[in-house]
Amino acid sequence: MTNSWTDIKNTDLVIVMGGNAAEAHPCGFKWVTEAKAHRGAKLIVVDPRYTRTASVADYYAPIRPGSDIAFLMGVIRWCIENDKVQWDYVRNYTNASFLVREDFGWSDGLFTGYDEEKRDFNKESWDYQKGDDGFVLTDPTLQDPRCVWNMLKAHVDVYTPEFVENITGTPRDKFLTVCQMIGECSAPDRTMTSMYALGWTQHSKGAQNIRGMAMLQLILGNIGVRGGGMNALRGHSNIQGLTDIGLMSNLIPGYLNIPTEKETDWQTYLSTRTFTPLRPGQTSYWQNYPKFMVSFLKAMWGDAATAENDWAYEYLPKLDVPAYDLLRMVELMNHDKVNLYFCQGFNPLLSAPDRGKVTRGLSRLKMLVVMDPLATETAHFWENHGAHNDVDPAQIQTEVLELPTTCFAEDEGALVNSGRWLQWHWPGATPPGEAKHDTWIMAQIWLRVRELYRQEGGAFPDPILNLAWNYADPGEPMPEELAREMNGRALADLTDPATGATVLRAGQQVSSFGQLRDDGTTMAGCWIYAGSWTEDGNMMARRDNSDPDDVGMFLNWSFAWPANRRILYNRASADLEGNPWDPSRPLISWNGERWQGYDVPDIPPTAPPGEVGPFIMNQEGVSRLFSRGLMRDGPFPTHMEPFESPMANVFNARMRGNPVARMFETDAARLGTSDEFPFVATSYRLTEHFHYWTKHNPVNAALQPEFFVEISEELAAERGITKGGRVRVWSKRGEVWAKAVVTKRIRPMTCGGKPVHVVGIPLHWGFMGSARKGWGPNSLTPFVGDANVDTPEFKAFLVNIEPAAEEPVA
Amino acid sequence: MNIDLSRRGFLRLAGAGVAATSLGAMGFGEAEAAEAAQVRAFKLATTTEARNTCPYCSVACGIILYSKGDVSAGETAELLHIEGDADHPTNRGTLCPKGAALKDFVHAPSRLTHPRIRKPGSDRFEEITWDEALDKIARALKDDRDANFIATNDAGVPVNRWTTTGFLAASATTNETAWLTYKTVRSMGIVGFDNQARV
Repeated sequence: MTNSWTDIKNTDLVIVMGGNAAEAHPCGFKWVTEAKAHRGAKLIVVDPRYTRTASVADYYAPIRPGSDIAFLMGVIRWCIENDKVQWDYVRNYTNASFLVREDFGWSDGLFTGYDEEKRDFNKESWDYQKGDDGFVLTDPTLQDPRCVWNMLKAHVDVYTPEFVENITGTPRDKFLTVCQMIGECSAPDRTMTSMYALGWTQHSKGAQNIRGMAMLQLILGNIGVRGGGMNALRGHSNIQGLTDIGLMSNLIPGYLNIPTEKETDWQTYLSTRTFTPLRPGQTSYWQNYPKFMVSFLKAMWGDAATAENDWAYEYLPKLDVPAYDLLRMVELMNHDKVNLYFCQGFNPLLSAPDRGKVTRGLSRLKMLVVMDPLATETAHFWENHGAHNDVDPAQIQTEVLELPTTCFAEDEGALVNSGRWLQWHWPGATPPGEAKHDTWIMAQIWLRVRELYRQEGGAFPDPILNLAWNYADPGEPMPEELAREMNGRALADLTDPATGATVLRAGQQVSSFGQLRDDGTTMAGCWIYAGSWTEDGNMMARRDNSDPDDVGMFLNWSFAWPANRRILYNRASADLEGNPWDPSRPLISWNGERWQGYDVPDIPPTAPPGEVGPFIMNQEGVSRLFSRGLMRDGPFPTHMEPFESPMANVFNARMRGNPVARMFETDAARLGTSDEFPFVATSYRLTEHFHYWTKHNPVNAALQPEFFVEISEELAAERGITKGGRVRVWSKRGEVWAKAVVTKRIRPMTCGGKPVHVVGIPLHWGFMGSARKGWGPNSLTPFVGDANVDTPEFKAFLVNIEPAAEEPVA
Repeated sequence: MNIDLSRRGFLRLAGAGVAATSLGAMGFGEAEAAEAAQVRAFKLATTTEARNTCPYCSVACGIILYSKGDVSAGETAELLHIEGDADHPTNRGTLCPKGAALKDFVHAPSRLTHPRIRKPGSDRFEEITWDEALDKIARALKDDRDANFIATNDAGVPVNRWTTTGFLAASATTNETAWLTYKTVRSMGIVGFDNQARV
């Protein structure tokens, strides 16, 4: 989230698209209710289903799964055509005036530089025109046909209301009503907030869905302001934290990157990360990358990371592919290229796509280690459960270790909520039986591995032998010790270069990332968490819930990264002179000497308005309506069909799905077409369940005991399906049996002149736990993900459906 | 409001004060004492409270754990009750149908309590000691790493990656678990590293 849950009360208009907060985030959704009740805010829901969020909306519009980009580009087109633009914001805080290279273009659904064989773009032309001084050329009058604003206007021109209706199935009048409601928020004193979740991410172009709305929010001037923003509701309780700390193939904590093997040495690695400003006088904060990176390497390898050995850069693994993500690892398992796999509180048998492929992959491992509080399907993948897990244990040679871990009630530490608040929590129960903390398990495994390397030597033992491990009890590092490491500390006395005054003594905790150095005198495991555990103590444990003037910021409750800031880009809440766009809703303002207000300013506190742009992390100093080559699938979002779709791409009938999404060979053959699978399926959560956890809780299992699928009355009539009857649903990859819920909440849509039926598939059942046995949607879904981040396409795929016998057939 | 004393703590103290003063003042000491003996004490009054957050979605509602026994004092503690934390700015004491049933998640019948192993081709799990399990895992890691670690690529560039072992981390664990997991996984050169943010 750019903002926070409590800030939603400040909005004038909530748009929920790609999410269902009333059911999936009920207590956060309360702040929407608050905004409606006390501010008179309106709520729009755009969703294939009439959800519980829709049921309390002021306006609901249906949409075909996987067509969000067409909808959003249509709204942008409408806003431009009807002058619903926050012009001062667009001119000064976005790259609207930047000139784009002459050789950049778009035709047939593709941007310039497409290489069909490589399934990739040569992105060279997706860039700005630069002057002799190295800075980008601009046209502040927005007259130049190559300026970003005019390029955007041309790009969205095709998305007329008629075009949008044809692609999305949203009736034209409903689409136009939504446009009008959104357009009102272009006024400087009105804001809209976007609340989205996996309904937008789980597509082969998920990142572009989100970019589409981010661009709309910039055009309306809604980023950085109270009651505005791009608010990812997020899934698990610490999915934000795990991403912050970089537990992904290609990440280093704080959104730094694991090098590729093309970055053969430290200097080469840094050379592509200099982030020099693209416009005069801009901050381009990522120029500090070396400080964060060196501090990270010092946190990892302590005294073994020296200037002489380039801070142990060699110890880091170097990637030969963009990422060894979950999907690639399952693919490699199927080719016998993975031997050991660890699942720490992760149940991929139900959460990775194409379950049959996951089962085959796990069956080829030598060893699977599952660390979990619960008996998961993954740990039991080899066990026969009839039709629900139809395997022969005798044929599966994988050794499986199931290790019992603690859960939240027995743990201490911080979780990061979707508003970036790091909230400390304390244990209240003794672990059951022999269950252990994950920290103990990881330390015990690692200490044993280190001991084996000490005794036996082996492949490049240095990064293991030299890993910093300065804990009071090496066998069980304490949460406080680990949190202090992430925050970072001085390794020598630090002096202020300007005054010579001592800033920190050696050993003291840093209070902000501004104190980090690139000369080895500081360490910090995760630079964005600097300030979370300072010399004043654990800032994450703060529980002062005062909120001066009821603005919803709560600056003394827990700690929010970065720098305890509650609304990102908050400099953009004020105009060029530093006065709030909306005087009734101030956030920060310029008092003639410095920035002050309700939040921690997202700009150097004494930087005068009018000079430094508000988007200090960007090399431009402003936000991007045109994103250069930063995304693999285009600098503007363009309509793409899902890989399995009821209609061809209207721009280019040959193009299937996202033209640059990774597709493994065997999976391409496992895609279905609408001749065989005429119905669009989508997955979702229910309010009584959380993923595959709560079916282990007898209370939740009783509330929603049985797997079902949801279909319209029209589809039920067409297929002879009765209410509550059993149905078989199948795709090119698998089949499931379920109860049919026949409902008015899903209605057929008309797209490309044909009716489109949607089958809704909730995701909470498996073969373990207290609920009745069932299946998840991943038995059916395709093995393909988003082109930028490989999030699987769970939200739009093709199935068929028919009435079935009462009991499932093995 | 800047609360040093939680709302619940305040009510409890206030209630105790009223009881103590009324007994003496009214002069019905004996009768009151007999009456009081019949009234069941507030069930949670003798429990230890711990502040926690809901482990499900990322709204991260504040919750209060009520236990018999005090973990922080090194005692064995049994979780008796969970409720929303009225002091928490986001949820202000409310909980959804998932959070309201949290206690029964902690006590779920399918909670794991003992390390187990399923041998190749077997149709059952068998119990194993922690030491046996951890030794086995460490040995398997060392052997696989030594056999398959890629020190340099074809061009002779040091790449130090290990692709035949993978690790999925949990996005419901704490930051502190995540950091320790990061350190250990990366130090070995594992690149098949991911968490639920992907899916």
